[in-house]
Amino acid sequence: MTTAILVGAYVFMLAAFLGFQIIAKVPALLHTPLMAFTNAISGISLVASLHAAGSTQYSTVSRILGCVAVICATINVVGGFLITDRMLKMFRKKPGAKS
Amino acid sequence: MNLEFHHIAYFVASFLFLLGLRGLTHPDSARKGTILAALGMLIAVAGAAWPKEHFNYWYIVPGLVVGTIIGIPMGLKIPMTKMPERIALSHSFGGLAVALVGIVEFKETLDPTRFHMGATGFEVLLGALTFTGSIMAFGKLQGFLPGKPSTFPFQNFITVGALVVAVAAVVYMIFVPTAGVVFYGMFGLALALGVLLVLPIGGADMPVVICLLNSYAGLAAAASGFVFNNPVLIICGALDGGSGFILALLMSKAMNRSFANVLFGAFGSDATAAAAGPAKAGAAVNEATVEEAAEVLKSAGSVIVVPGYGMAVAQAQHAVRDLAAILEKNGCRVRYAIHPVAGRMPGHMNVLLAEANIPYEQLFDLDQINDDFATTDAVLVVGANDVVNPAAKTSPGSPIYGMPVFNCDQARAVFVLKRSMNPGFAGIENELFVHPKTMMVFGDAKKTLTAMAGAMKEGH
Repeated sequence: MTTAILVGAYVFMLAAFLGFQIIAKVPALLHTPLMAFTNAISGISLVASLHAAGSTQYSTVSRILGCVAVICATINVVGGFLITDRMLKMFRKKPGAKS
Repeated sequence: MNLEFHHIAYFVASFLFLLGLRGLTHPDSARKGTILAALGMLIAVAGAAWPKEHFNYWYIVPGLVVGTIIGIPMGLKIPMTKMPERIALSHSFGGLAVALVGIVEFKETLDPTRFHMGATGFEVLLGALTFTGSIMAFGKLQGFLPGKPSTFPFQNFITVGALVVAVAAVVYMIFVPTAGVVFYGMFGLALALGVLLVLPIGGADMPVVICLLNSYAGLAAAASGFVFNNPVLIICGALDGGSGFILALLMSKAMNRSFANVLFGAFGSDATAAAAGPAKAGAAVNEATVEEAAEVLKSAGSVIVVPGYGMAVAQAQHAVRDLAAILEKNGCRVRYAIHPVAGRMPGHMNVLLAEANIPYEQLFDLDQINDDFATTDAVLVVGANDVVNPAAKTSPGSPIYGMPVFNCDQARAVFVLKRSMNPGFAGIENELFVHPKTMMVFGDAKKTLTAMAGAMKEGH
């Protein structure tokens, strides 16, 4: 158990450090898409929600709560990636054709 | 431990998320990055949903279907001007999902270890306060809650007290892991805390709050990674939490304020303090008609547009582009000066101008362009206020003193497009509006810009 906690702490530290390094390089131009993007990947809690909703050993109430969590996380995953891509599509270099 | 499909799936997904995030460091690679990350998500979800013992899909499939049905319009239909509202709303979904998973964990874990309990506690605490805090932020942005800071007596005392009690409850549960009353009490308190934290924050400070809520949502997900001992949750949570935190820091720096001041300062609520600024009462306002402005713009060789939240409200970004196209046809160089806190979230203005088909090479940050105002013929301030207020440089008594602002007054002429002389969100008088070089063009920004474009065309 202690090993698991320690490894988790190391993973968190490394990911946070790497994240800081990468995100500091994201230009202000893309800060809104960045927020939409991180919002979409934080929908990774879908993984935990699927566990809660899918476990047959859990009570019905628990699984219904899990189902609501699945809905919320799925909205963020689906909506988050779609809107990030929709925004990024708009950033163009040369004056494009009139929209 | 046997190596199973989901272990590999989470590992591959984590790598794809990092690659995707790196893609976002440049506009040319950003779309590819998003697709890589989306692929990572698909793999991770496949790993989690892979058939296993004691697992079925009765409660999963409806959730996925309903979530997708709601998610698609959330992604494709929301107008770009509503992006801050949209992001706030999705933070609340994220917070709720994490909090619910934490509650299920608490209910179903019969013999929790202290560590497990502590991680679950923090997961629920952060998830719940992100949920209600984001709904508050959404309400303030959307306008169904008052955008002005709401204050009541002993507010900061109560908020900090609630936070201390909630954290103490989590710590208590580490020592007495089965204390259900304490757990649900903490959950309720965390919900109230989200409301309390966002209540005193005004519209102009929303960029910082949205970033912080983004950060909390990430940290909540990371906490759930500790609960489930799942590295992909820890990694995504850390990336999300770190991103929100960096952006919040950038935003507060761009306002020359500390986190504490943003969170507990109830900025802009104290009307008497704001009015005590040195603005010369009754100073003459130069008002210009659309035609007069168009005359000046016709002969301008360089123009800088300073957009603000007012541009988003008036949905004037396309009208800006149309006017800029005419100016450019005249041989005028048009650039856009974008303040980090212009609008209601980081990068808000960039997205709107990109939507109007303005190439991103013409969009400049504060540091990149601020020295160029002195050599610019005309500045067009479209719905911006505090970010062009010279009081930030000249009046130590002003609430925004020390905030970096654009040197609009150095340009040859300044046109301020504004509805009326009402002060901006922070409720502070703006000396730029009575500056001798400034001409106010009153009216709806979109209509004014369209009329200006029309007046310029007539001259040809």
